Amino acid sequence: MLEIEIDGKQLQVSDGSTVMEAAATVGAYVPHFCYHKKLSIAANCRMCLVQVEKAPKPLPACATPVTNGMKVWTHSEQAVKAQKGVMEFLLINHPLDCPVCDQGGECQLQDLSVGYGGAQSRYEEEKRVVGNKNLGPLVSTDMTRCINCTRCVRFTTEIAGLMELGQAFRGEHAEIMPFVEKTVDSELSGNIIDLCPVGALTSKPFRFAARAWEMSRRKSISPHDSLGSNLIVQVKHDVVKRVLPLENEAVNECWLSDKDRFSYEGLNGEDRLKRPMVKQGGAWIETDWQTAMDYVVRGLKGIRADHGPESIGALGSPHSTLEELFLLQSVVRGLGSGNVDFRLRQSDFSADGRMKGAPWLGMSVSEIAGLDRLLIVGSFFRKDHPLVAQRVRQAVKKGLKVSAINPAFDDWQFALQNQLCVSPSEMSAALAKVLKALVEQGSAALSPEFQALVDSVQVDEQALAIARSLGSGRRVAVWMGNYAVQHQDGVALHALASEIARLSGGRFGVLGEAANSVGGYLAGAVPFGAVSGKNASEMLSTPLKAYVLLGIEPEFDLRDAVAARKAFGAAEMVVMLSAFKFEEALGYADVMLPVSPFTETGGAFVNCEGRTQSFHPVVKNTGDSRPAWKVLRVLGEALGLGNFDYESVDAVRAQILGASGSVDPFRLSNDIDIEPLNPAGVSQGLQRVADIPIHFADPLVRRSAPLQATKDSEAPFARISPATLKTLGLNAGDKVVVRSVSGSATVVVSEDEGVAAGCVRLAAAHSSTWALGSLNGEVSVERI
Amino acid sequence: MSSQGIILADLDGDRTWRLADYVKRGGYEALKKIIAEKIPADEIIGEVKKSGLRGRGGAGFPTGLKWSFMPRAFPGAKYLACNSDEGEPGTFKDRDILRYNPHTVIEGMIIAGYAMGCERGYNYIHGEIFEVYDRFEEALAEAREAGLLGRNILGSDFSFDLFAHHGYGAYICGEETALLESIEGKKGQPRFKPPFPASFGLYGKPTTINNTETFASIPYIIREGGDAFLALGKPNNGGTKLFSVSGHVNKPGNYEIPLGTPFSVLLEMAGGIRGGRKLKAVIPGGSSAPVLPGAVMMDCTMDYDSISKAGSMLGSGAVIVMDESTCMVKALERLSYFYFEESCGQCTPCREGTGWLYRVVHRIENGLGRPDDLDLLNSVTANIMGRTICALGDAASMPVQSFVKHFGDEFAFHIEHKKCLVPPQVQYEGSKIYVA
Repeated sequence: MLEIEIDGKQLQVSDGSTVMEAAATVGAYVPHFCYHKKLSIAANCRMCLVQVEKAPKPLPACATPVTNGMKVWTHSEQAVKAQKGVMEFLLINHPLDCPVCDQGGECQLQDLSVGYGGAQSRYEEEKRVVGNKNLGPLVSTDMTRCINCTRCVRFTTEIAGLMELGQAFRGEHAEIMPFVEKTVDSELSGNIIDLCPVGALTSKPFRFAARAWEMSRRKSISPHDSLGSNLIVQVKHDVVKRVLPLENEAVNECWLSDKDRFSYEGLNGEDRLKRPMVKQGGAWIETDWQTAMDYVVRGLKGIRADHGPESIGALGSPHSTLEELFLLQSVVRGLGSGNVDFRLRQSDFSADGRMKGAPWLGMSVSEIAGLDRLLIVGSFFRKDHPLVAQRVRQAVKKGLKVSAINPAFDDWQFALQNQLCVSPSEMSAALAKVLKALVEQGSAALSPEFQALVDSVQVDEQALAIARSLGSGRRVAVWMGNYAVQHQDGVALHALASEIARLSGGRFGVLGEAANSVGGYLAGAVPFGAVSGKNASEMLSTPLKAYVLLGIEPEFDLRDAVAARKAFGAAEMVVMLSAFKFEEALGYADVMLPVSPFTETGGAFVNCEGRTQSFHPVVKNTGDSRPAWKVLRVLGEALGLGNFDYESVDAVRAQILGASGSVDPFRLSNDIDIEPLNPAGVSQGLQRVADIPIHFADPLVRRSAPLQATKDSEAPFARISPATLKTLGLNAGDKVVVRSVSGSATVVVSEDEGVAAGCVRLAAAHSSTWALGSLNGEVSVERI
Repeated sequence: MSSQGIILADLDGDRTWRLADYVKRGGYEALKKIIAEKIPADEIIGEVKKSGLRGRGGAGFPTGLKWSFMPRAFPGAKYLACNSDEGEPGTFKDRDILRYNPHTVIEGMIIAGYAMGCERGYNYIHGEIFEVYDRFEEALAEAREAGLLGRNILGSDFSFDLFAHHGYGAYICGEETALLESIEGKKGQPRFKPPFPASFGLYGKPTTINNTETFASIPYIIREGGDAFLALGKPNNGGTKLFSVSGHVNKPGNYEIPLGTPFSVLLEMAGGIRGGRKLKAVIPGGSSAPVLPGAVMMDCTMDYDSISKAGSMLGSGAVIVMDESTCMVKALERLSYFYFEESCGQCTPCREGTGWLYRVVHRIENGLGRPDDLDLLNSVTANIMGRTICALGDAASMPVQSFVKHFGDEFAFHIEHKKCLVPPQVQYEGSKIYVA
């Protein structure tokens, strides 16, 4: 600890602190622009100059390390003179167009110019004009306003991991720009809008939509990925105008992914469902709630009477709230059925009934910073978990070594120590090899269930390298990605990865696909437990008579769109609770009930680390739509099922989580009672590897026009490795028909060295590929 | 080119840059002595300290002291860099050293590498001098061929290799940390210090950067001893130094003279003022050094202490001589334009301030000056100086301050009468180029 004095106040600060950090602890505000606590120090704006005893000239607080006995004055005459001098320089070429600038009212330069700027400029020459740049559909530029603080440059390089912006030219001609003909395509790009201290980078979708002071700021939670980023939703006249991060160091820090930030643009599109609709005589009519609910109640009761309760099933989106999923399963179980599930893209359910709790990350996300070894199994990590990947990226800089086993790799923008690329059917063997190598390193004894599988494989160099890496770590983690969870051998992969974690003394975790992937288990929206029934896969393969679908767009959100459409088409009644009028579903649905998106309802999500995060509605209901928890509560009562008299969403949550409102740790567990694992055959044919691209993952994000215009939302290509392309006699750019057992898709081939040999990587959740049905399995590719 | 010293001495012959010629002049004897006698590194640094050698690039920092900052027991690579990015207006000495005597720089760097435990060095050569770069590469090839560079130099267990790096001509890359950034392949922009290069330099490793002339002085110091070098100059100002004399003199060029030589002697060596006119002003150490009136300069001796006492800097030793036909406003306008164009744009005061300075001087020169412009210039320079990441802000400000201080009446005349105090005809006769 060092003793120093700032503005006459004595304080102790730790070694290596800067004057800026020390000043913050005593509440002394030092004006600044380029300094940001999450970015490297640039010391280029010079606004934070302060007076330091014995220093001949003012020093930048952001870059000056504290020394013992140092005396600092942040607002002395010398300091303020320096700060005012810098402010004058910043303003001479700034356009001062605050009245027409979107940053006006929330601009650091505007705010600080009140304190440090002159009433009139001494600069009367021509001002600099800088041409605007096209950074893509999300970030709008007014580069003449730029003060060259380089926060955006440092963000893309350090946080997003890829330098997409830089400062070109020299001196007064210096400009911030992307590479020639490039845009900023990072999935975290929106953060540069927040970071820009002036109006040079502003939100393109929000441009000129409202003034900062006209909007109210309301807290919410992102309904997209499994992190549950904390949001500030800004609302004017009961319309969501934009979304900003709510700083929470334990969850999203001060960042948001573009998906979290811009998905609100999909809230109020043309296909927003505003009134209940029922299909009568093949034609859809809008009706009132009473009529629609009567229709549903009559239908469900009738089907139960005619075909038995087990002919009724429900599927809920993992992006639904805890309360919605709980009430959904309560209705189904109240009717006497156990057919309920929220694991819509999963294919291996063999662990059902043998799980000791809800699968979760096994650690908190803030603990990522302390890891020194990490193995990621089956994940499109960077796009599936943008901010968790960001944390890993920072940890890698501090020495974390990451290995990954995947059928297809993207550039994760951090260095991977080991990268094992194998086809889907070889994944369990690959894990078994790592396990065998760990056993041979002799750390601990192997559980007998794995013996047969481990005996059937030979350790190779890559497996050995991964085992060595994990074995040499002190704080190790092994994570299952979404792809591994959705894999046809998902349970075997889970068991193997978990055993690898155990033998390397590490923690095992599941990253989780959606905002409520943990919460769905806690809500009981799974076909085991109290009353068991059919899982999400079985409900489609052995068709039921009635389906209740909560927040699901069947073509894109289910494992097998072809089977789903067949099952729903044959059912007597399909009830959809949805915020949107799904075009494709109009053919097979019978009732569409308008329910609220996350902005219009209250509830909670349990994120990947088991953190319960509740939120309130931020705007009023649109049209006749109602929160789904209320709809399900009324449905339960109307069906005469009893115990549905919840007065608030909090009461529902208390029923699920108890009075504490948070998850009891013992309900979280990745342990399963496993049965002996046997070697699976390796597929000889061409295998499909399906990723769920970041902006295709749920109905809301699919409707956000600016996100759909990004590079991440390009129509899927059939991505094939160069060697496999050669064996198939194909070239990049060829138009091909990809055929599966269920159907076909016409796409363009692209060459991708990251895809395992013998595989075709073809994204799901897109209109061009749903007709292929299942997310995995063998396919053929034929040029047309 | 004229020499009473050690670096440019005996360079009158043909092809003096060849290795054989250098060896004939006593070249590589110092290195051979070190290798043969296995002189400890400390002793070499001690000798350099004793010599009173001060950095020849402009700052005049004691070289021996700088060398002793390099961490001894650092595990891993350490680097050496030679700053031949000679971009300061008025300075043209390093290019002549590299052109006529490249091996003395190479030998100096090998010795420095030996003394500081560096196995690799880079010579960063200014981007606008092409033949010099080619010639230095040839010299490197000769040295490698002769076993003077590379693995196991002269059969010893000491290895050192040296590479030439051709810049792109940016003035800012002469700033040592911008130079390192540029070698690393990044945009040449100064780094914030601390950390200093001795702890975090090239590729994050301990690095020492010296000027070309500094390295060129090393072989003599080792061969003849630090005391001999010191005796060439005067106390605290050891050795001889190259002065690039330009401007209104009859024989502009490089002159190597002992530090402490009177300015009047140097002026005489350069053939005196052209056309027998009167000396008006001298910039004694490159364009960023404050200008001194001729009368003040005539009382100075050419060494760090004397020039500093007179209110300027010896700097890189670029002596810009201006006679009475010079319009000082026009001269400052040209200098200010240089700094405006060469500011890297990284930090605010320099990026915004250099342009402001140039525009104000420009409008005074063009008859659009305002009564309070001199106060404005002083105020803007005060806001730039000491507030920037590197010294370019100071370098841009010092000429403005000193021109206004010493020749304020000329600026006032410009503002009031909207024309030069020096009649255009006189200016033309002085330069034979410029027409006002």
